[in-house]
Amino acid sequence: MKAVCWEGRNDVRVEHVPDPTLINPRDAIVRITSTAICGSDLHLFDGFIPTMRAGDILGHEFMGIVEDVGRNVTNLKRGDRVIVPFPIACGRCFFCKHEMYSCCDNSNPNAWMVEKLYGYSAAGLFGYSHMLGGYAGGQAEYVRVPFADVGPFKVPQHLTDEQLLFLTDIYPTGFMAAENCNIQRGDTVAIWGCGPVGQFAIRSAFLLGAGRVIAIDTVPERLMMANQGGAETLDSMDPDVFYKLRYMTGGIGPDACIDAVGMEAHGPHLDYVYDKLKTMTFMGTDRVSAFRQAIHACRKGGTVSVPGVYGGFLDKFPFGAAMNKGLTIKTGQTHVHKYLPRLLRYIETGEIDPSFVVTHRVSLDDAPQMYRTFRDKQDGCVKVVMKPH
Amino acid sequence: MAIALTNFQERINVGRVERWLSMVAGGALAAYALKRREVPGGAAAIAGAALLYRGATGHCDVYQALGINHRDVMTAREKGTGVIADRGSDTRAQLGGLRGIHVEESATISRPLPELYRFWRNFENLPQFMEHLESVAAREEGISHWVAKGPAGMRVEWDARIINDVENKVIGWQSLSGSTIATAGSVNFHEDPHGTRVTVHLQYNPPGGKLGAAVAKMFGEEPNQTIREDLRRLKQLMEAGEIPTTEGQPSGRAARTRPRSA
Repeated sequence: MKAVCWEGRNDVRVEHVPDPTLINPRDAIVRITSTAICGSDLHLFDGFIPTMRAGDILGHEFMGIVEDVGRNVTNLKRGDRVIVPFPIACGRCFFCKHEMYSCCDNSNPNAWMVEKLYGYSAAGLFGYSHMLGGYAGGQAEYVRVPFADVGPFKVPQHLTDEQLLFLTDIYPTGFMAAENCNIQRGDTVAIWGCGPVGQFAIRSAFLLGAGRVIAIDTVPERLMMANQGGAETLDSMDPDVFYKLRYMTGGIGPDACIDAVGMEAHGPHLDYVYDKLKTMTFMGTDRVSAFRQAIHACRKGGTVSVPGVYGGFLDKFPFGAAMNKGLTIKTGQTHVHKYLPRLLRYIETGEIDPSFVVTHRVSLDDAPQMYRTFRDKQDGCVKVVMKPH
Repeated sequence: MAIALTNFQERINVGRVERWLSMVAGGALAAYALKRREVPGGAAAIAGAALLYRGATGHCDVYQALGINHRDVMTAREKGTGVIADRGSDTRAQLGGLRGIHVEESATISRPLPELYRFWRNFENLPQFMEHLESVAAREEGISHWVAKGPAGMRVEWDARIINDVENKVIGWQSLSGSTIATAGSVNFHEDPHGTRVTVHLQYNPPGGKLGAAVAKMFGEEPNQTIREDLRRLKQLMEAGEIPTTEGQPSGRAARTRPRSA
């Protein structure tokens, strides 16, 4: 089959690889009908995530048709149409039982690697480094899905792939980011990053009762999309973002801030240059300017919610501000499984149509070019969907 | 000072001779106190009562506070496997001191305690999650034959005997006298709010020479990591019903090393 493989920093290729087969009794094989490039895939593309190996198959946002199931998968059958959550969860450990699916204890075969870095390992993910499981991803024609009796979620026929595909990651991720803000009716939520996760966070914040959302980015088409979602917008390269947020909120600050940017932030201030130098010389792991600004801007007693991906040790992290202002910081990989029934309902009732983020529809062969286009934010690119068949 | 009966064995940290001495001294002090009944008598009564308690229960709070454990079956000097060793065996002698490989690890498994006890009690299940074991075959009651995988296809074999078995609490075993390798192990099961806590102690005293080197290699440079991975596999097997793997999945690497099939 054809698959999108990571071959090194800035080097993604479409390769012919063997078809996946059932390995464990709870596996399924899914024929992929739609698969997307996630903003977090760009961290891999840019070489920010350690323990990638040349030849790894990328992709963790995919859906399709069940092709085959292992002997212990009884709730799925060949022909079922499913979306597949990006974290792999066994469904039976302490964490899964408490709906913390992305913290599953049993799905990462390389847990020891993460334990060295993080103390304990969270769930294995599709196509996202060996440290996080080393599982082959879904930017391919077929994929093997472990614990398939827990992950794949059956979806109705009357909705299109583009309406459903983002249930795998970015829609629940944006939703959880907003849910983590503990929004009270009428709250103001500031959101850094208007990529797909930011877009879903904007819409989810309103759905959960926010009165105002202020979206911060510098890419015009993304700000426009945020604006269409009801958000007021600020340019993230404006050095006065903090003052503008303070002014817009009558001197109080936003009730909650969401960092939907993560480890490769850009910013107008000196701290960005500092981060950039440190990460370029391998003396730092993450660029932190969006997170710093969110902490700085948040009102006292507010919440900073972080769906953005970070990998290592954050430098010049303003913990003094967080402590003295009594902030709550909430974060985590998304517990996708937990949100699926609720978010599918929103799609079915027309509360939201997630397909609004799609800007590029291409074939799998176009992946190498699309990684570049998406990373460089060219051609108005917000979300790329690929059709492998 | 009520001690739950179930905790009784675990709490023992005073040696047998010492316990008798405590009883005798405590009794004497108590008798003295009964005679005197004044201030020194009161002090003697308290000290006597403490000694009697220590002797009767085998538990000393002072020892506990000081981290001292003089329990016969697991003395500080032996720092062994926590199993109730048979006193005469040479296995016990060989595992004395700090010789050999000694590892302890624990894992919390979200399954009922009796299920985990039963699974472990059937030693033939152990190779399913203990990587260095090739097979364990149960022979007559309490005796089993163990085969471990050494490097370069080398095998290490020994017979072991169950020396302690309290249902749903603890299983202890050790190699028979005269085995090629002296080894002992125990596993304890405790209820925990997160599931069942399984605590494993293993000790190996490999002989010298080639065989010894093979056994050392079996456990690698970090024997604790090895047993930790074993316990992780046990947890995965018991909770998820399978051990996750990526072995055999496709990648671009296979494409380069193997010619493409049609």
